[in-house]
Amino acid sequence: MIEVKQLSKSYGPREAIKNLSFQIEKGEVVGFLGPNGAGKSTTMNILSCIMPATSGTAKICGFDVFEQALEIRRLIGYLPETPPLYGDMLVRDFLVFAARIRNVPLKKTNAAVEQAIEKCSLKEVDGRIIGRLSKGYRQRVGIAQALVHDPDILILDEPTIGLDPIQIIEIRKLIKELSSSHTIILSSHILPEITQICKRVIIVSEGQIAAVDSLDALTTRLRKGERLLLKVRHSNNEIIKKLSSLEKVNAVTEHQPSQFTIDCEPNADIQDEIARLILDNKWGIIELKPASMTLEDIFLKLTLEENEVRP
Amino acid sequence: MKNIWIVAKKDLSSYFSSPVFYTLTSVFLILNGFIFLNILNFFSLQSFQAQQLRGRGIGLNINEMVIEPSFQNMGVILLLIIPLITMRSFAEEKKSKTFALLLSSPIHLREIIAGKFLACMIVIGLMVFLSSYSTCYLVLIGNPEIGPIITGYLGILLMAGCYVSMGLFASSLTDNQIVAAVISFGLALFMWIIGWGAQAAGPGLGQLLEYLSLVTHLEHFLKGLINSSDLVYYVSFVLFGLFLTHRILESARWR
Repeated sequence: MIEVKQLSKSYGPREAIKNLSFQIEKGEVVGFLGPNGAGKSTTMNILSCIMPATSGTAKICGFDVFEQALEIRRLIGYLPETPPLYGDMLVRDFLVFAARIRNVPLKKTNAAVEQAIEKCSLKEVDGRIIGRLSKGYRQRVGIAQALVHDPDILILDEPTIGLDPIQIIEIRKLIKELSSSHTIILSSHILPEITQICKRVIIVSEGQIAAVDSLDALTTRLRKGERLLLKVRHSNNEIIKKLSSLEKVNAVTEHQPSQFTIDCEPNADIQDEIARLILDNKWGIIELKPASMTLEDIFLKLTLEENEVRP
Repeated sequence: MKNIWIVAKKDLSSYFSSPVFYTLTSVFLILNGFIFLNILNFFSLQSFQAQQLRGRGIGLNINEMVIEPSFQNMGVILLLIIPLITMRSFAEEKKSKTFALLLSSPIHLREIIAGKFLACMIVIGLMVFLSSYSTCYLVLIGNPEIGPIITGYLGILLMAGCYVSMGLFASSLTDNQIVAAVISFGLALFMWIIGWGAQAAGPGLGQLLEYLSLVTHLEHFLKGLINSSDLVYYVSFVLFGLFLTHRILESARWR
């Protein structure tokens, strides 16, 4: 559905993105992950035909972003980093305008606006002036304008930036609901967000792709061996020694008082043995769990030691 | 065409919901009314004196002595007012990042520009319409020729079109409304006084400067003449300004 080949963009001498290539299939929810200034917004601006690329091609549904921009703009809904809202308009009027300018026929406009208001739960503010809405509502109006013409593809640039935790949860829920009927590209530098919403991640760093893969695959690929977290009631010096002496255990460290991380070999499956050891010695087991590698770890690892893991 | 109207309608609704429009219209009407009142006073004084001198009421020409100067003065007031109407067109869209919405919509850049031009012209048309009570009053109490009045309004609106196209161009250059207003005011004033250089500039260049001046062409309209050369001048002036605006906005995408 979206095909990007060797895409580059320079602002004067500064290269914002270099030779980006990736593909996105219909119905996918893809997270665009990278630190600030990695080139996420630039890529999204190019995909939504706002600015042309310096070199390379990007095709959406077979249309070229440069040659057939008008066709593409009908297919996409775009929420830029700053939601494009006219502060002096009423929410409903603004959505009507957004629908009309996106070629929704006059007869269907009301229904389309109604649906967008419903989807983004804007019912209670639909007669209010946009400039007076809270940031969370403004963000939702921003999403509503992107989906009012029911586009196949939604491009959302940092949709949760600057919101409070409750609003973030609501927006995430909304995006999740939308993901059943739209192809979504979502950018963020907030990692848990991507883990919760997206199935596939494109990690960019300094204008280049550091990794493209599904979340699970990334986690497995990067996890070199297993790690367990252990918390006990009575800590003493013997613990590290005894745990280390177990088979398949590589290293044990006490990262906080009475809390240990145990690095063991891949597929070691030694939870039982560890538990038995603790019970036998009456150290008092409080917690023993596998430490799953978070996306944060992956992200750091990828952007720090890119060369090691690049596919 | 439909897209142009959608953009224009959006702009109009924000003009009418902001105090800027009402302030500008009030100022325009007050200034215009004050000037009209003075011209009319002067005219009646003159007619009165003429009557006394010659003994009978040969009317002085009301078209020449009242309507023409009123239009000329209106041209000057519009010169001051229009940059304040056009300044927000693109500067505000760029500043509040709403331009991305227009640019990512299935609509041509030229339609956006045409829509904004149309919105400004409607606003100005409305202001001029509101000020027309003075002319109506004259038609009621005197008997001026209607022809020059109609061509006069046509000329004023065409000249306003030139101001607007310069204003849109200035607004496309920057995201700061004040900068846009200053640039368009400077441009408009320059095009107004450019003919002043004609006498010093010798025959060839002088003629050119005279031709380029916005005022020269208005004169004919105020006399009741619709010259094709004046029409061509105003229409091409407007189109050239809009063309430059298009180039500026298009090139901004590439940077």
